[in-house]
Amino acid sequence: MTLTATDLLLEATDISKTYGAVVALRSASLAVRPGEVHALMGANGAGKSTLVKILTGAIRPNGGRIAIRGRERVVHSPAEARRGGLVSVYQEPSLIPDLDLRSNLRLTQTPVEPFRHWVGELGLGNLDLATQARDVPLASLRIVDLARALAIEPDVLMLDEMTAALPANLTERVLEVVGRVRGSDRSVIFISHRMIEIAAVCDRATVLREGETVGVVDVTTGSEERIVELMLGEAVEEVAATGGRGVTPARAIASGPRVSARGLASGSKLEDVSFELYPGEVLGVVALEGQGQDELFDILAGSTRADAGELQVDGAPVVFRHPADAIRAGLVYVPADRAEALLMQRSVKENIALPFTTQLRRWGLVRTGEERRKVDGAIERLQIDTRAQGEVRRLSGGNQQKVTIARWVAGGVRTMLCFDPTRGIDIRTKHQIYVLLRDLAEAGAAVLLYTSELKEVQLACDRAIVIFGGRVVAEIAVEDADEPTLLRAAYNLRSDAVIPELAAAEANAEAASVAGTEGMA
Amino acid sequence: MTAATASVVADRTGAAVAAARRNAWTLGLLGFLVLLLAFTKVINPDYSVAGLQGLAISVVPLALAAVGQAIVVISGGIDLSVSSMMALCAVITASTMEGQSPEFGILVVVGVILLGLVLGAINGGLVVVTRVPDIVVTLAMSFVWAGFALLVLNTPGGKSASWLRDLVLGPILVDFLPKAAVVLLVIVGVIWIPLRRSRLGLSIYAVGSNRLAAFRSGVSVGRTKVAAYALTGLFAALGGLSVVASTGIGDPKPGPYTLQAVAAVVLGGVSLAGGRGGVFGPLVAVVILQLIRTDMTFLNLDTNLAVVVQGVILIGVVMIGSFVQLRRERA
Repeated sequence: MTLTATDLLLEATDISKTYGAVVALRSASLAVRPGEVHALMGANGAGKSTLVKILTGAIRPNGGRIAIRGRERVVHSPAEARRGGLVSVYQEPSLIPDLDLRSNLRLTQTPVEPFRHWVGELGLGNLDLATQARDVPLASLRIVDLARALAIEPDVLMLDEMTAALPANLTERVLEVVGRVRGSDRSVIFISHRMIEIAAVCDRATVLREGETVGVVDVTTGSEERIVELMLGEAVEEVAATGGRGVTPARAIASGPRVSARGLASGSKLEDVSFELYPGEVLGVVALEGQGQDELFDILAGSTRADAGELQVDGAPVVFRHPADAIRAGLVYVPADRAEALLMQRSVKENIALPFTTQLRRWGLVRTGEERRKVDGAIERLQIDTRAQGEVRRLSGGNQQKVTIARWVAGGVRTMLCFDPTRGIDIRTKHQIYVLLRDLAEAGAAVLLYTSELKEVQLACDRAIVIFGGRVVAEIAVEDADEPTLLRAAYNLRSDAVIPELAAAEANAEAASVAGTEGMA
Repeated sequence: MTAATASVVADRTGAAVAAARRNAWTLGLLGFLVLLLAFTKVINPDYSVAGLQGLAISVVPLALAAVGQAIVVISGGIDLSVSSMMALCAVITASTMEGQSPEFGILVVVGVILLGLVLGAINGGLVVVTRVPDIVVTLAMSFVWAGFALLVLNTPGGKSASWLRDLVLGPILVDFLPKAAVVLLVIVGVIWIPLRRSRLGLSIYAVGSNRLAAFRSGVSVGRTKVAAYALTGLFAALGGLSVVASTGIGDPKPGPYTLQAVAAVVLGGVSLAGGRGGVFGPLVAVVILQLIRTDMTFLNLDTNLAVVVQGVILIGVVMIGSFVQLRRERA
């Protein structure tokens, strides 16, 4: 049988979406056949979640067509998408925490009997529907979310990182149930960072890069390499010269590490991370989303305390109870989301003054002359456009991020923790930030830079560590840190260490492919 | 004139324009107040020095309550126990001053001001430690403070020291300058302006504007909140003292100050979400609200209608304000 356009269950063509000057999707296309599990792949920021949100009606595209079973549709809201047969299970559980499970089902008009059936199939047969959603553990909530979606028998089910928070035995059941779609008249769109799961359960994969669909791959053995190639693109863009690295590693190491972490662990995400950060270097941190990097930076910045492990600054052990402790120890934090760092309604001056006046732990008067001098110095150094300095929220994203960096530069930086500082920022400002980070390192500061843009590693870093599943899985010198190497490391494709969870998933994969032939019934 | 001085002048004008833009809301309110005064003079040609005197004396308690409320609202909280704290401070002042020397009266005033700080700090401490919503904590504490006030004096009584009364009565320097207004501005200026420039002031704005950002910047959120509530208590104590000064006695029944102060704070351009505004807007707003009531009397309108008008103005002004702001943001 040959497939024509009308045989497709879901067809999205040339979808585009821009936020102001930022292009989230340029021209994304996705065609899903009935009875297949279709993987949606792409590096961070390729546009996967934007495309999913558009398909489920959570946001409106600027252009493009969406057709379901050959009929063109405009989806205005998640409720409408649901009526059209498109249901999505998001990364975050979508149950109302203060209602019990039964009320949650009623709220979404989910039939209870099919729900019970699917919950049982997914391995939670003894679930009590009178439990309040807030008392259900996270992994079980994900299963409840999935069962709820399955119970209304959607034509297209979208699973966004469904298995990320699941233990191995539940992952196995989920993959098995997803596999049953094969051969039925329904389909599943499967988003996962775990190649092994993609290989186990998916028939085809659509790969996005920079907001464009760059290829559709039949998933067979060895197709991982092809997918990685597609995610990376033809050739890595020309790397701008950033000038010689100022500090020879030998000199830096001789002076001892500024920060040294031993076996840091926190919650279920961060398992065991150790590294050393030396003065005069920019150390890159590379990880796929949700591998524990958020927790790591929260610990280093003093926002949360580690469950286990030891942190040393300049050779002395430290425990941070409050960000003020971290700041006093010289560890300052630049988050990706400017809204987490800035007083949006206050002036540039106040924003820059805030940390270095409060860090002194004195409640006296601010010395205006000195404050102004420091603030002006920082503004000049970072070339902040101050035409709209009355309120920070009127500045562009790039200028806002410069303010978050300037506030720390004004106080004199010893150690800067940057969490994806160039997210959503124009290319020119990005380069200014790289140059600034290099300058800071050259002046003797230690910089830890998590970045979701792999290109940045070679532009700004001296070396990089790669975190996967809450552990450091690789350390890569800057000469070797090209995008393919980093991406493979980030997917843990080259690591010799076998992570138990993956081994389990591999075993499940076989079970899933056997079960897959039975159909969905 | 050299180029250097020219650029200094340009800088000054630029700074003046920026300052005007920052305080646009307060300046607009001042303009509205001037129009309202002109209107008052039109409907009642006799309104002059005596009228201004009366106006100034009558606004002082509410003005101090509004400044106190403004500080805690800027920090992202709210205090519903302001008028109860005022009543408690008033009865303690009036009952301990009665029949004592003026010197002892000064001691009482200092003691009551410190008491206000403590009352406010207790409010703030409870909000921070219990994590119960601030509305609930301060509502509950309003009953507690009002109860204590009744324990001190169960009917209006006591007596103000005469120097305290003299502090707000009559004009100062020139006939048309009411002493009460000057005292009010001096008190607020002496506390607020240094505070605004201090680290604590910056922390209060920071916590109200974005708690997470303040926390991440090393601000102690809990300590800042306690300090903000303590300052509100301080102003409530000053408000209580002003009630004693203007009436001569202490009344254990809380006045209608709490919610009117909230109204003045909103009208004065302070965001209830925190982080925006100052105390001079609310000061002007208090005068406007009082003057509207006076005008209603001059127009022989039902005084109950004045309350209705006050509500309508509150909604109208805030609505127009947000509309203008929206337009400016889109531009």
